[in-house]
Amino acid sequence: MKILTCPMNGPRNINEFQCFGPVKNDPDPATTSDADWARHLFRVDNSRGVITEWWRHVPSNYFFLAERNATTNEVIRTFTPQDAEARP
Amino acid sequence: MTRLPAPWGHRINRDKPVSFRFEGTKFTGFEGDVIASSLAANDQWMLSRSFKYHRPRGLMSMAGSEADTLVQLPSDPNVQADRHQISEGLLVTAQNVNGSLANDRDAFMDKLGRFMPVGFYYRTFMGPTRNAWLKFWEPLIRKKAGLGVLDTNATHQNYEKANLFCDLLVVGGGAAGLTAAIEAAEAGADVILAEMEPEIGGALTYRRDSSDLLHDLRNRATACPNLRIMTDTLVNGWYEDNWLPLIRGNKLFKTRAVEVILATGAIEQPATFRNNDLPGIMLGSAAQRLMRHYAVKPGNRAVVLAANPDGYRVALDLLDAGVELATVVDPRAGGSGGDLANALHTKGVKTLTGDITEAQGKKHLKSVTADGTRIPCDLLVMSVGSVPMWQLPCQAGAKLSYDQDHARFNLTLPDAPLHIAGSVNGLSSHDAVTTDAIRSAHQVLAQLDLPHRDIAGVEDTEAVLANFEPTITAHPKGKDFIDRDEDIQVKDLQNATREGYRELELIKRFTTVGMGPSQGRHSALAAARIVAKATDRSIAETGVTTARPPFAPETLGVLSGHHHPAERRTALHQEHLRLGADMRPVGAWWRPYFYGDKTDARCLIDEEVRAVRENAGVLDVSTLGGLEVRGPDAGEFLNRIYTMAYKKQPVGRCRYCLMTNEMGTVIDDGVALRLADDLYYVTATTGAVARVYADMLFWNAQWQLDVDVLNVTSAFSGFNITGPNARQVVEALNSNIDFSHEGFAYLEGCEGRVAGVPVRAMRIGFTGELSYELHCPSSHALTLWQAIMEAGKSVSLRPYGLEASRILRLEKGHILIGQDTDALTSPDELGFDWAVSKSKPFFIGKRAIEMRRNKGLPRKLAGLSFDAPRDSQDVPQESCLVLRDNVPVGHVTSSLYSPTLKKHIALAYVHGDDSDTGTQVTLKCRNGKRVNAPVEGHAFFDPDNKRQEV
Repeated sequence: MKILTCPMNGPRNINEFQCFGPVKNDPDPATTSDADWARHLFRVDNSRGVITEWWRHVPSNYFFLAERNATTNEVIRTFTPQDAEARP
Repeated sequence: MTRLPAPWGHRINRDKPVSFRFEGTKFTGFEGDVIASSLAANDQWMLSRSFKYHRPRGLMSMAGSEADTLVQLPSDPNVQADRHQISEGLLVTAQNVNGSLANDRDAFMDKLGRFMPVGFYYRTFMGPTRNAWLKFWEPLIRKKAGLGVLDTNATHQNYEKANLFCDLLVVGGGAAGLTAAIEAAEAGADVILAEMEPEIGGALTYRRDSSDLLHDLRNRATACPNLRIMTDTLVNGWYEDNWLPLIRGNKLFKTRAVEVILATGAIEQPATFRNNDLPGIMLGSAAQRLMRHYAVKPGNRAVVLAANPDGYRVALDLLDAGVELATVVDPRAGGSGGDLANALHTKGVKTLTGDITEAQGKKHLKSVTADGTRIPCDLLVMSVGSVPMWQLPCQAGAKLSYDQDHARFNLTLPDAPLHIAGSVNGLSSHDAVTTDAIRSAHQVLAQLDLPHRDIAGVEDTEAVLANFEPTITAHPKGKDFIDRDEDIQVKDLQNATREGYRELELIKRFTTVGMGPSQGRHSALAAARIVAKATDRSIAETGVTTARPPFAPETLGVLSGHHHPAERRTALHQEHLRLGADMRPVGAWWRPYFYGDKTDARCLIDEEVRAVRENAGVLDVSTLGGLEVRGPDAGEFLNRIYTMAYKKQPVGRCRYCLMTNEMGTVIDDGVALRLADDLYYVTATTGAVARVYADMLFWNAQWQLDVDVLNVTSAFSGFNITGPNARQVVEALNSNIDFSHEGFAYLEGCEGRVAGVPVRAMRIGFTGELSYELHCPSSHALTLWQAIMEAGKSVSLRPYGLEASRILRLEKGHILIGQDTDALTSPDELGFDWAVSKSKPFFIGKRAIEMRRNKGLPRKLAGLSFDAPRDSQDVPQESCLVLRDNVPVGHVTSSLYSPTLKKHIALAYVHGDDSDTGTQVTLKCRNGKRVNAPVEGHAFFDPDNKRQEV
């Protein structure tokens, strides 16, 4: 069983976590076309390589971000949303 | 029964005979014997019939790795006869037999082999009719080819689970595993060593000239307090980050190790020739296990096929055990037995350079043909090479490559806290294995920051001789088995390549090679060699098939979860029971369904409804979700989460909350009470609160508003006092809250003290009557409840249950999220446009609601009522269809009989064009009858809301 390191709770078994999917861009609903908004809602890139995802530590209901290689399943780093701006 | 004298047979206790039955015949072995060894000691070599051709089969590996040794116990199919110990009175029968093992009525299948070429399943069982496979062929094949029989009346067994943690897990307790474990433990590491066999030692327990080393290792292991040795323990897989399931009997140890050393050893390989599956033909290690573990003489006159030094050692062992040695056949050009061969020669054994092409015999080996000469014998021992036990390393990401020069598989490990040592690493001699184990142990110690040395890799002169590459050609008459489990012969694989299959993964699927219980342990190398040759490629190019867990079969009991589903009780559970409540599970919660004698259910529920409509009732609403939203941005936060506006909501007021997701689908509702500028107390539906809580924090992880959300569902209990006389009840309570009409208007809320208990009071309800909801810390719940009941005595306040609550809410037309809504329901479909703010710039789902509105209204939730007798079947029940021009356009979401209105009432989705009041819609009842009803509003009772606002 994989171990995921929660920025709040430290390394824990992966079955304590829930994935909330890749971080999406944040289009302005007021200026986005219907077609683009529908795409924003329903289409996920499902890309290979390193992606940034939202994860939740279920028992503590804590949300954080993880950079994960979707091809190898290697987790490169986990970090808090506050640190998101400090992405390298 | 003859056995070899001690020290042969160290696993058996000759003082304790044990009797059991095999195929109805009584046999006697000794304590410590396995089924196969005690049968062999009694000259019963045949254990089963083969899967497809029903050929006689016996033991080959004595290591539990082939299907031929699977037998049936009364309540346990597919038990390994070469690993399962006998016990007094054990009843053992053979599997895959039609009639008896000795006289199998399906033995003729052997002669039909040419009519069952590889892949014939796929061609033969298609017709003649469309369902022929399911109706005819599959049942027939199941009967002919199935293995054991499941006992559906088997006694229940208990299965346990435990978690283990260690610095180092060593898999395999042979020379390498033991040495590595001891070396690491002596340096201070916390070590677990798991060994599948009942004793540690691995090959040292049966290999020639091994007892001194074994004795020494056992002594050192005993002296290590931080080395936990687990025998009879199967490591059945490798999962990410060194998580390994250890199975011992009915217990699963979920083990997390910082470092892992896989010292899983090697699997000796059989040779390929005609009739190589006859009982009496076995691996060198199997003959040694029989002799050293169980004191069983494997035969009287033996031929040894030796292509490596171990083969010569087995020959010497056989001589020591008094077996007549007909000859040693060495297939290597020029042979190279060295000193071992000389030792044999001095004992008068001749060595023949050549190969065995055929074995003869019906139910047991009678002779072999070596280089054209027929040699009578009842035992053929094969020592022609081995493959590393690749399964666990490959599951962990190791790559298996082929070393052409030494004719063997090599493992390359991934960059991970994982190591291999010993024969799985291609080593053979004791010295090399030991040094390699010490090397791996010190690699681990370095990772663990414990004292360590650098030790170079080892060269093993003997390992160079351990394997050779045989030329595998199909025997003209076949029956040269590559995979005994699946009865796959050389020509089957060659034919598969002729059919155009080149990839081993596809050949495996077409021929089923490697799909049996042995999972390719004895066939992967030979299959790779045959396919490589037939497709003109190297074995490195063909490779082997993917290794996946589990390593060996495991029982479902080991995998099953615990039998204690999570169950939640309100603080008043015992009080409800005392009041005679019929408690029923609703999701995880137990709630009162109604109060009183079960036989009077309907009558009691009607009375509870009437009490609320005419007097006063009280409902335990503690299961309701409770969330505290606190912080300077709390109003803004709720504005974004819910569809209404909350920023300007006055302190002390309640406001309805409707939650939609990004698709504009209604996912929850509740009520928000503003307790302070920066504090809202928000309720959520019982089943959704966990998700709402998660969603709230997920959104705020993105928004980063200055707000904190706390799930206080369990911290608070709540009671709703409802009915025309509800005010009399609450006013009779000892409290500092003004419950009067003037002091506490509809949809107001406040904090105060009632009966000495801190409460949050709200004038909200689900019944449509005058209602007060009192929430208090759960530790005070009983005090508050008892005070309410005491205060209600003057008006005969009645507690009511969930069913009355459902009726009351449907009479009033209140929706239940999840019952009256589904994954597509928009606020417009509910007629809830009043609850959706038009002025807010943003809330979750706003854009989607607008886009959906532009597409028109596909359906709408409408009220419907039916004047029919209470028990009439001609009333549409939940999930009955709403038809329009005979086409389903919606369904009934709630349907109940209203004892207040004396008619059936329902909520149903009708077509968007039929949603105007009075439009006739058609519904189909469960009995198929169609009924018509006019569309009404949701509120069947008191549609003008006069009663709740008094």
